[in-house]
Amino acid sequence: MVPGHLWDKMVAHCLDCLPLEGCGLLAGRADEAGRGEEVCDIFPALTAARSARLYIVEPRDLLRADRAAEAAGLSLIGAWHSHTHTPAYPSPTDVAQAPDPGWHYVLVSLSDLEPVVRSYRIVNGVVKEELVVLPA
Amino acid sequence: MVTGKVGFVPSHLDQLGDAVPVVVRLPNILRPIASGEASVNAEGATVRAVFDDLVRRYPGLRPSLLTPEGDMHRHLNVFVNDDDVRYLGKLEAKVGDADTLTLMPAVAGG
Repeated sequence: MVPGHLWDKMVAHCLDCLPLEGCGLLAGRADEAGRGEEVCDIFPALTAARSARLYIVEPRDLLRADRAAEAAGLSLIGAWHSHTHTPAYPSPTDVAQAPDPGWHYVLVSLSDLEPVVRSYRIVNGVVKEELVVLPA
Repeated sequence: MVTGKVGFVPSHLDQLGDAVPVVVRLPNILRPIASGEASVNAEGATVRAVFDDLVRRYPGLRPSLLTPEGDMHRHLNVFVNDDDVRYLGKLEAKVGDADTLTLMPAVAGG
């Protein structure tokens, strides 16, 4: 579950980063209804790659996000990044470098006029799209 | 005449230099390979010595910390307190008493 204002903030950060890929971290916790996880905050990050084809979350931003999440009683539960020219589906590089099978990997495609956002789990190289709930 | 080391220093500490106790914060993905906890204790005067001590305690951590050649894994971020060890000599970065090492896998892709 992702609150709408955080969803919008993710997309806005990706648009701000153009022509480079944008990226950031998701912080959250198990959802109270036990139906999955709830994104409670997001941390936009700089990309050390400074590329339209690759992203590397700046290590210092990663540390800051981890500390801030912990201080708020949350955990880092995923990451998002944009694809500037390709669909919102994990690239082979995304799959190969996905660090945690428990994380949610959100892709924001900016290849069309309207941004397209999708979320995935990546476990042992297998990509599975997941349902994202945007509460009213 | 005494020619060897004396005292009761455990043999593994001989290799750790002036070993100091540190806390190592582990990412979720490494916790099951270690104690299961978010943090573990280790000893060493450099990041390399701390890694050696971690691998001695939890051998399954080795492939996530070091390359087969013994260099720092390139997809691993290591911080001594707030400082990225890439700018402090990587594995040779000094570690002080009661410092905290934070390990985090790189978040990257394409």
